[in-house]
Amino acid sequence: MVNELREKVKKLLAGGEVELVIGWEKGSRALAATPVFIDSPKEADRLIFDSTCGNNPAVYFTKDSRRLVKAGKKIGVVVKGCDARSMSLYLAEKQVKRENVVIIGVPCRGVIDTDKVAEAAGGREVLEYSEQDGKMTVRGKDLDLTLDANEVLSNSCLTCVYPDAREYDIFIGKARDGEPGKEQNAALDEFEKLSPEERWEKMTEIYSRCIRCYACRNVCPSCYCNECFVDQNDPQWVGKTPEITDTMIFHIIRNLHVAGRCVECGACERACPMGLELLLLNRKAAREVEERFGYVTGIDSGEKPAMADFREDEKQDFIMG
Amino acid sequence: MKDWQPRILAILCNWCSYAGADLAGVSRIQYPPNIRVVRIPCSGRVDPLFIMKGLQSGFDGVLVSGCHPGDCHYLSGNFVARRRFAVLKPLLEMIGIEPERVQFSWISAGEGERFAQVMTKVTNDIKKIGPARRLVKGA
Repeated sequence: MVNELREKVKKLLAGGEVELVIGWEKGSRALAATPVFIDSPKEADRLIFDSTCGNNPAVYFTKDSRRLVKAGKKIGVVVKGCDARSMSLYLAEKQVKRENVVIIGVPCRGVIDTDKVAEAAGGREVLEYSEQDGKMTVRGKDLDLTLDANEVLSNSCLTCVYPDAREYDIFIGKARDGEPGKEQNAALDEFEKLSPEERWEKMTEIYSRCIRCYACRNVCPSCYCNECFVDQNDPQWVGKTPEITDTMIFHIIRNLHVAGRCVECGACERACPMGLELLLLNRKAAREVEERFGYVTGIDSGEKPAMADFREDEKQDFIMG
Repeated sequence: MKDWQPRILAILCNWCSYAGADLAGVSRIQYPPNIRVVRIPCSGRVDPLFIMKGLQSGFDGVLVSGCHPGDCHYLSGNFVARRRFAVLKPLLEMIGIEPERVQFSWISAGEGERFAQVMTKVTNDIKKIGPARRLVKGA
């Protein structure tokens, strides 16, 4: 599969169809592949794809748009299912021109949550990684472990509904048929069974551990405002310290800003240094948007994003009669 | 506690709800004096941050009111706002904020009577659930 990818990328670059391909290469840490910009056919052999390719390569289209998009470059991008949804979102939000991008889908089997591996490895450093048939093998000093995919995959991947790209130009390998993850709402349903008091306590417990490093925002493909509301000083809407109400407001408002835009790639949870359960709120917002407005993010780039759209006869049960 | 009176932030759209309040006033219709009004150009102007900031600064409740669907002075402001509130409210309820704490309504400029009714209802709702504790800074 990787060879096929490399060959395809070589052909695209050599034929001048794209100037640049964004993908992943082997990183300096065994469990984290690094995004890589390939701009000549001979570099294409650096490309890899496996479960260490957690980063979303689509983010460069917005977070580095001055260099890439506004320069009018024609760019190829290698995408997992969630990354493809980001690309569809960017197309819908008119951040990227369709003719300037070549979307190369790859079959995703989920990406690794390094925290889970670290736990399984008992803190021993992982120096080598390999995978085969849904088994991951990690090796290091005094370490040789073979783990089942379900033990080490990111939570967002275990409940992933769209593992493979829906909108693409080229698909490499064989797509895993998108059997909708029935467990998608399991954690949320469980949480909603709690009483309001218990929910408040649980949420306070989660967010009181937040150190306001903004790693979740910085890594998020849907967070690309030039100036984030938490960085504004005049007026300053949200306090900048890890005070609990400020922190909660940050997370709720960020969640609203990505409501109907979140592709649930789980990058925020993987980036969080405190290991916070951040996706619970996102799932809630996404489910609300889907149930009320019939909109699922990043599936159809021709559809107007839910929060920028409306229908006159919408359900308004939450408004006083 | 017996003498506790809730303080309620009422965010009213300039063209309908604010005028509704005005009509209630000039018609001398009585309603509880618990609301503090912020006038905004349109319910579409309401950033959810306004609501959160209201709760954080200690308001016991927040009411946002705009023009009836179809009556928006800017044609679609309240439709866009409605989608925003439709997601905000479940999120607030999910984290454990009482549903009565944050409410929405449509009141037109001709509904002075209704304005008084809504304010009475919101005030009573909030009196029932008591002072806000959650999301209040320093509480």
